[in-house]
Amino acid sequence: MSNDSHPVKIKTENLDFYYGQARALKNVTIGCFEKKVTAIIGPSGCGKSTFIRTINRMNDVIPGTRVGGRILIDGQDIHAPDVDVVELRRRVGMVFQKPNPFPKSIYDNIAYGLRINGLKDKRAIEATVEKSLRGAALWDEVKDRLNDNAFALSGGQQQRLCIARALAVEPEVILFDEPCSAIDPIATAKIEDLIERLKTDYTVVIVTHNMQQAARVSDYTAFMMLGELVEFDRTGKIFTAPAHKLTEDYITGRFG
Amino acid sequence: MKTSTRKGIVQAIGFFALRAAMGLVLAVLLLFLYDIGKKGGGAISWEFLSQAPRRGMTEGGIFPAIVGTFLVTLITAVLAVPLGMSAAIYLHEYARQSRLTRLIRLSIRNLSGVPSIVYGLFGVILFVNVMRFGTSILSAGLTLGLMTLPWTITASEEALKTIPNSYREGAMALGATKWQTIRTNVLPYAVPGMLTGTVLGLARAAGETAPIMFTGAAFYLPFLPRSLGDQFMALPYHLYIMATQHHAIQQVRPLAYGTALVLIVLVLGMNMTAVVLRYRLRRKQR
Repeated sequence: MSNDSHPVKIKTENLDFYYGQARALKNVTIGCFEKKVTAIIGPSGCGKSTFIRTINRMNDVIPGTRVGGRILIDGQDIHAPDVDVVELRRRVGMVFQKPNPFPKSIYDNIAYGLRINGLKDKRAIEATVEKSLRGAALWDEVKDRLNDNAFALSGGQQQRLCIARALAVEPEVILFDEPCSAIDPIATAKIEDLIERLKTDYTVVIVTHNMQQAARVSDYTAFMMLGELVEFDRTGKIFTAPAHKLTEDYITGRFG
Repeated sequence: MKTSTRKGIVQAIGFFALRAAMGLVLAVLLLFLYDIGKKGGGAISWEFLSQAPRRGMTEGGIFPAIVGTFLVTLITAVLAVPLGMSAAIYLHEYARQSRLTRLIRLSIRNLSGVPSIVYGLFGVILFVNVMRFGTSILSAGLTLGLMTLPWTITASEEALKTIPNSYREGAMALGATKWQTIRTNVLPYAVPGMLTGTVLGLARAAGETAPIMFTGAAFYLPFLPRSLGDQFMALPYHLYIMATQHHAIQQVRPLAYGTALVLIVLVLGMNMTAVVLRYRLRRKQR
């Protein structure tokens, strides 16, 4: 594994995950560096979405699932009994595969996370809404219609709204679960630019089935197959000189 | 060309059959409403609506029955609405989906099919005798409430099912607790549907006779109930008496039709309220 001056933000150790009897993750050990973009690639069903959803414990809500091994964020085991899962999810934001704005106004979508976290000061909320929308490169497009319903936005705008919503609660990590699979290429390009910029402040993990996207946006890439981590390295290395035959076959399009 | 013509004919026949079925249902309903409207319309007057029955119920109005039905439905709502909605929230949002919850759900579905007379007799035993509420508006309201509960729970759960999971996941991913998620990002969108089902269930309860006839409805009372322990007159029971039990059935027939008309208007009115309510709440969210 290549070294880097950045510390490891998220570390998984021998991570296993089970849906009932089915083992979806096998012994995954990986370290995501702080303020870097880590891409997870692999064929459908390889466990990459399952993997990313274990990091903010979103899988907890699925009945009949079980986690083995450890996940450390800043060295702290996120399954430790004293860890508040609600606080964990505030620190580790998530952007989903399909844009999922709430059926509220644009403004209220962004303010939602602030309000549930107890913020009442109107001016503070207003300031954060603007800051978050700017952060998600959406402000200029929506500043005159903050009270419109979020469903009135285009798919790409909705996804950037969801990113802004995640930014508003000031997370440290942002997880992207195939964020561009439901939107068009131009909107995709905008989101890729955005991810590029987000890494100055946030640690980013992105699951994608699009290898070009992984090559474009990420600093590190993990290749997974059948629930196992096959290879993890600098993105440049993975795409030019992969160590494993499987990785090479996958990125050259021999299967997938 | 030939097959497409045949397909066209088959389709035309199919559409015709569907339209005819709908037309038939509608025609029966309209005929029914027309008949009751024609025979009962003459009895409707301000006196009929605002006064108690007189002279052995051969004259006067049905005011105590209107008030009684209103009050007993109110008690029904107080029991069935909060309890039904809470049960639905628990079942759909909190309970682990196991064999037990499936069994509970199945039981609730079956309870909604239990004949109302059975609820009536159950109410006599539980509320009138065991809990010693006597034959009273309280016993009758609670009996109707029990009968309505399965409807409220099922309707509320169906409404919760229509809320996409992405609302829940989205809220939780921002650090909302489970209850915050439900309260702020599920219920506001589910409540219109929950209310619609609930009001429909209440409208059905308002028109029931069997559950109240042993638990609190009175044959004849010249006064209104003054406490939860009093008996009361109710429209459906009054109608039953006027139509089948009265000593001068022929003479009071117009009054019976008038009572039927008032009851139908009341129930249809509640159903319309449900529709309007849902429409209003839905539009407010857009």
